[in-house]
Amino acid sequence: MPSLGLLPFLGYLTVFLIVPTITVIVGAFQVDGRFSLVNIKTLFGSTAMHALSNSMLLSAATAVIGAVLGALLCYLVVNAPPTSLFRRAVLSISGVLAQFGGVTLAFAFIATLGFSGVLTELLRSTLNVDVFGSGWLFGLPGLILVYTYFQIPLMVIVFLPALEGLKPQWREAALSIGATPRQYWLQVAIPLLRPAFLGATLLLFANSFAAYATAAALVSQGQPITVLLIRAALTSEIVLGRADLAFALALEMIVVVAVVMVAYALLLRRTSRWLR
Amino acid sequence: MRQTVLGRTVRGIVLVLFGLFFFFPLYAMLDFSTRDFQGGRTGEAWSQLLQDPTLTSAIIASLVLALLTVVGMLVLLVPTMVWVRLRVPKAKRLVEFLCLLPLTIPALVIVVGMRNVYSWVGYLVGDSIYTLAFVYVVLVLPFAYRAIDNSLSTIDVVTLSEAARSLGAGWGTVITRVVVPNIGPGLLSAAFVSVALVLGEYTIASLTNYENLQVVIALLGKSEARTSVAASLATLMFAMVLLLLLSYVGRGRSVREGKSQ
Repeated sequence: MPSLGLLPFLGYLTVFLIVPTITVIVGAFQVDGRFSLVNIKTLFGSTAMHALSNSMLLSAATAVIGAVLGALLCYLVVNAPPTSLFRRAVLSISGVLAQFGGVTLAFAFIATLGFSGVLTELLRSTLNVDVFGSGWLFGLPGLILVYTYFQIPLMVIVFLPALEGLKPQWREAALSIGATPRQYWLQVAIPLLRPAFLGATLLLFANSFAAYATAAALVSQGQPITVLLIRAALTSEIVLGRADLAFALALEMIVVVAVVMVAYALLLRRTSRWLR
Repeated sequence: MRQTVLGRTVRGIVLVLFGLFFFFPLYAMLDFSTRDFQGGRTGEAWSQLLQDPTLTSAIIASLVLALLTVVGMLVLLVPTMVWVRLRVPKAKRLVEFLCLLPLTIPALVIVVGMRNVYSWVGYLVGDSIYTLAFVYVVLVLPFAYRAIDNSLSTIDVVTLSEAARSLGAGWGTVITRVVVPNIGPGLLSAAFVSVALVLGEYTIASLTNYENLQVVIALLGKSEARTSVAASLATLMFAMVLLLLLSYVGRGRSVREGKSQ
């Protein structure tokens, strides 16, 4: 039986991926080992809902900002010839920066815009402006700014292939039958790119929704977003008066990310029809 | 395409703004980590990197974890992927789905659900930070899978292995001495991306109370801000070199592909 050769792989993934996931799903519906909907109900309480809506806001804002600015950067890059140093440099740097999250990124922004950050002190001494304010960097606005730092490069990586896939012949065809460049963009290029753009935006949304380390390193007080509420539930055992709430919150995350990723996969399929 | 002077200026300004946004924080880290408190410069924070015992042991722990993860990933993935191509092509979709699944199941979810599994791991192999490598292998799977899959599709695995088998090679020999040497660049990129991910991993280690590099950097941030910024910049530079090497390795491969077509 050749398929027996897959057993080690399947066994490993079952133990270290499937079992934890199932533990989360089952645990969300249990209290003290018995079936219960109490934890799920707590998800709809004000604290958990507030965290969820903040997470959604953060993800949507950074996805849209990242997608628009990333697409703009793609547009600037795609005008340069494929072999140019500029284009290769932007691609390589984007590849690196899209992975650059976590604790390191939080410290990069603390060193820039923290209380004694380089930019803060520069603005304080030259323009007498206090950009630190009351510590917005360590709350939701700060998270939006910091997340944008890895969302834009991710957009460049995901969206550039679609922009490169626009064939010059289509533009020539449109212009030769009398379209203006503006008409070409509005009636040919943008409708073609729309699924790819929306798909990439969804991917950015999921990326931001699931990000944990940057937020954990930046925000040490309070639980403004869902992932930090999970941290509180894991480290202090009891949150909102409930043990095991982490399971329910984790299930909430799986559901949100899965819905977004399925929509992404559907949009991707639509793009791949013409992107060959 | 004709470009007006105005268009070129706007383009230039926009690019400069992008450049500032992306490079100023990196410059700020360098500036911040070399400050002394009298307005001068000092390399004290940087020399602390290799002297602080907590930090050095965390660096070693993270490097060993990276190594274990790479070995585990290769041992798990390479034979399986080759076997799927040779003998059970029907399972390709399933293996691909499972490998990409960690993209949809965030690390935070895995850490919430893995307590049961890890109490068994602790019982079987002992309680140590190095047991994290088991779950790190899962985290790097999507990226490693893509790198190895790209590489495998550039060679004709079936013909190569039939040739080797007809000369009397066993399956082990086919994999280690025929297929592996031919997918070197793919394995190298899979290894690089795994190392970069493990060195940057914070979520799972911090929530299971193990002190890897990122956890210690985050802890240091509360007492020795300059040292933690220096350590952040150092790991970032290291990861950048790795990932730039990765894009170079990837390009080398695609150039060769282009020639053979």
